[in-house]
Amino acid sequence: MRWLGRNGLILLPPAFLLIFFFYPIISLFIISLAPDGVIDLSGFADLFKTDYYLRIFLFTTGQAALSTLITVGLALPAAYAFARFDFPGKSLLLSISTLPFVLPTVVVAAAFSALIGERGLVPLHLEGTLTIILIAHVFYNYALALRMISSFWATQSPRIEEAARVLGAHGWRLWWDIRLAAIRPAILAASALIFIFCFTSFGVMLILGGIRFATLEVEIFRQANSLLNLQIAAALSIFQLALMFALMLVYTRLQAQTSTDIQAAQTVTRKPKTRGERLFVGGNIALMSLLLFAPLIALLVRSFRSADGWTLQYYSALSTNVRGSVLFVPPLEAVANSVVYALATTVLSLILGLIAAYGLARRGRLSALLDPIYMLPLATSAVTLGFGFIIALDEPPLNLRTSRALIVIAHTLVAMPFVVRSVLPALRSISPGVRGAAATLGASPATVLRLIDLPLIGRGLIVGATFAFTVSMGEFGASLFVARPDTPTMPLVIYRLLGQPGAINYGQALAMSVILMGVCAISFLLIERARTLGIGEF
Amino acid sequence: MTKVIWFTGLLILLGVFAVSAQENVLTLTVVAHDSFTYSEEVMDQFEAETGITIEVLRLGDAGAMINQLILSRENPLGDVVFGVDNTFLGRALDEDLFVAYESPALETVDEAFIVDPDHFVTPVDYGDVCLNYDVAYVEENDIALPESLADLTNPEYSGLIAVENPATSSPGLAFLLATIAAFPEDADYTYLDFWTDLVANDVAITEGWTDAYYGEFTRYGGTRPFVVSYASSPPVEVLFADPPTDIAPTGAIVADGMCFRQIEFAGILQGTDNPEAAQQFIDFLLSREFQEDMPLQMFVFPVNGEVELPEIFTTYAAIPENPVILDPADIDAGREDWIQAWTETVLR
Repeated sequence: MRWLGRNGLILLPPAFLLIFFFYPIISLFIISLAPDGVIDLSGFADLFKTDYYLRIFLFTTGQAALSTLITVGLALPAAYAFARFDFPGKSLLLSISTLPFVLPTVVVAAAFSALIGERGLVPLHLEGTLTIILIAHVFYNYALALRMISSFWATQSPRIEEAARVLGAHGWRLWWDIRLAAIRPAILAASALIFIFCFTSFGVMLILGGIRFATLEVEIFRQANSLLNLQIAAALSIFQLALMFALMLVYTRLQAQTSTDIQAAQTVTRKPKTRGERLFVGGNIALMSLLLFAPLIALLVRSFRSADGWTLQYYSALSTNVRGSVLFVPPLEAVANSVVYALATTVLSLILGLIAAYGLARRGRLSALLDPIYMLPLATSAVTLGFGFIIALDEPPLNLRTSRALIVIAHTLVAMPFVVRSVLPALRSISPGVRGAAATLGASPATVLRLIDLPLIGRGLIVGATFAFTVSMGEFGASLFVARPDTPTMPLVIYRLLGQPGAINYGQALAMSVILMGVCAISFLLIERARTLGIGEF
Repeated sequence: MTKVIWFTGLLILLGVFAVSAQENVLTLTVVAHDSFTYSEEVMDQFEAETGITIEVLRLGDAGAMINQLILSRENPLGDVVFGVDNTFLGRALDEDLFVAYESPALETVDEAFIVDPDHFVTPVDYGDVCLNYDVAYVEENDIALPESLADLTNPEYSGLIAVENPATSSPGLAFLLATIAAFPEDADYTYLDFWTDLVANDVAITEGWTDAYYGEFTRYGGTRPFVVSYASSPPVEVLFADPPTDIAPTGAIVADGMCFRQIEFAGILQGTDNPEAAQQFIDFLLSREFQEDMPLQMFVFPVNGEVELPEIFTTYAAIPENPVILDPADIDAGREDWIQAWTETVLR
């Protein structure tokens, strides 16, 4: 009992995954592959009959690798700028850069087509090309790379750099040997998440890429939901999971080898002094504006434009129930529902993610195996998980099929990896000696946590919390297939509006998207504030 | 500190487990697709008259809904289902999801809608999937409207048409079925030949209705003035016009054989504990009150022949005289192969 009291906590995250992830999907796989009690693996054989699936697989991997490379490459200089320099509007910029994450793809596609496209500002025909897919993937994932890398970078002491410079490191050597080497864990963590995201990309592929660019995820959806061909869908899902597991295993190895010791907790930022520095910071902000803010502004503008010119009517139409319909949702109610789900998701995934990260930081064979497992929910298609819930969680005490808790659980499954990945690099770089020394000097575990761990992992925690919140606000993944009691959220209202013809419906959907962006922007700023208020400066 | 986290975690898990399993005899759970809606007052009246409380569980689109019903067959999610359409009816009947019930209210319904002679399902509404067009665009560019599906492969419509993928979209499947009726599998020129020509004519294919309508359609910033939608879309465009208008900005092409008729059904689910309340609900779906309410809520047409359509429908909606109607059993027998063949012809 004593052991359980001390170590039991560490079992919480694996138990959560076991009950709410593995149990449902394995139940579904069993029903799919052994419908009559006899295992039938012909679904796997079907995969190799033609080269169709091979081509899908190659395309999926290729575009994901390319998207990751471009995203991280573009975000890296900006991460340095944000980690090292102070400039006005910094946290607002960070907050806005995270907004693309919550926007439904249809809405993003509308914003893109207002900018580039035959009728857009830049008349380029990119519809259905790989280029537009890559642009969209950068648009969605830039902030992930920026925030994860810069938060880690900020905890790295610039003194090492200064020392290296004194010793004669310049130019690319300074970047490659010193700066990049120091932040490699964060780069790897961000790349891993972005790769999975792009690998399982769904909406972007279908809406912007056109139907011809099929990824494995799209194929799983098509087989499972449209054809109810569960055998092939299960075979594809298992293949995708195995692949992701293998990849994450490699990644975990790399990650474990490259952790560096963080020396300085207090961050050193300063105003850009030289012309070159100002140009560097300004250039990065300009790139962000072009890449991220232009589509967002296009969306904002469109929500206030009708055929007659400027208007507020889409916003006012949101709160009038013209037809006395039961599907009508007052906007404030949708905002409240979204925020409640998102807060619950954030708290649950912070608790579970933090415990998981502490478990993983201990290193060892078990954590090397557990680490990639925590990432798997991200690589599981929504339809697989949704159908799994229907089959598995149908008996008391787990009769959750129509419960609100299931939505929070589904969101948390997807959000937890973000917390783990954001916190782990910093957590691993705290040398055990420091904690030991503190304990020897009489510090209680709580004091060690507050004075040593928190200042170092605090930034990562904020990033993790931000993305956990975002995952829930944007409702990606599993929750779309979870039967929900009548608590419609903002994305759901947007989807409903876009399911009917009519200019007013379309305008309202854009207006609701802008409100969604607004609520998120404010929330991000508040989460950022938690750093300086409450918990203390770190 | 550790204790606090331990305790919090335990509380959360407990909270998750402690799910209210309150059983109220008079609560009827209606499983439906996402578009199921009605006026609050109509349902309030039903609840007041019968003492039954209605709880609606929306399970995604029609396809996702049926799949979830099939997967949960042993332990049903609800008592009644609304929104199974004739393109998926065969799958649902095959899986033995329903309890038969012949509603007395069926006497108001045209025989043509009563597709299932065993009454496992009851028809509630119908709608026609047709090509819609952007009136202003067509007039400005002097484009003649197509008069048959075959016309769509003419060069004058090159790059002007958007359709939905039949594998992922319900109107997309309906449109594919219309082309199969027009160009049968055993003809010299099959539906696959037609689709090959349509692709050569630069047709756009989207995942779902929303992407076609709000992404490709010229009316909403796209580049294609023809899009597969519903015959009821033009009156809805008027209803939600901005600025208000009394001239429909879009039109539906309802020439013979160019539209596919979708009929939506309701059924009582196997395993229900409230068969009587479920029957009352089916009767209610066919009642004048509900049938009159439907057109402006779900933009579908009532099967109850005694109900009058709202003015906006009589003025702006065109009802095809000879839509394509296929036997659900035939659809079910062919659907997967057709979709597979379509996918291989069009997408690969």
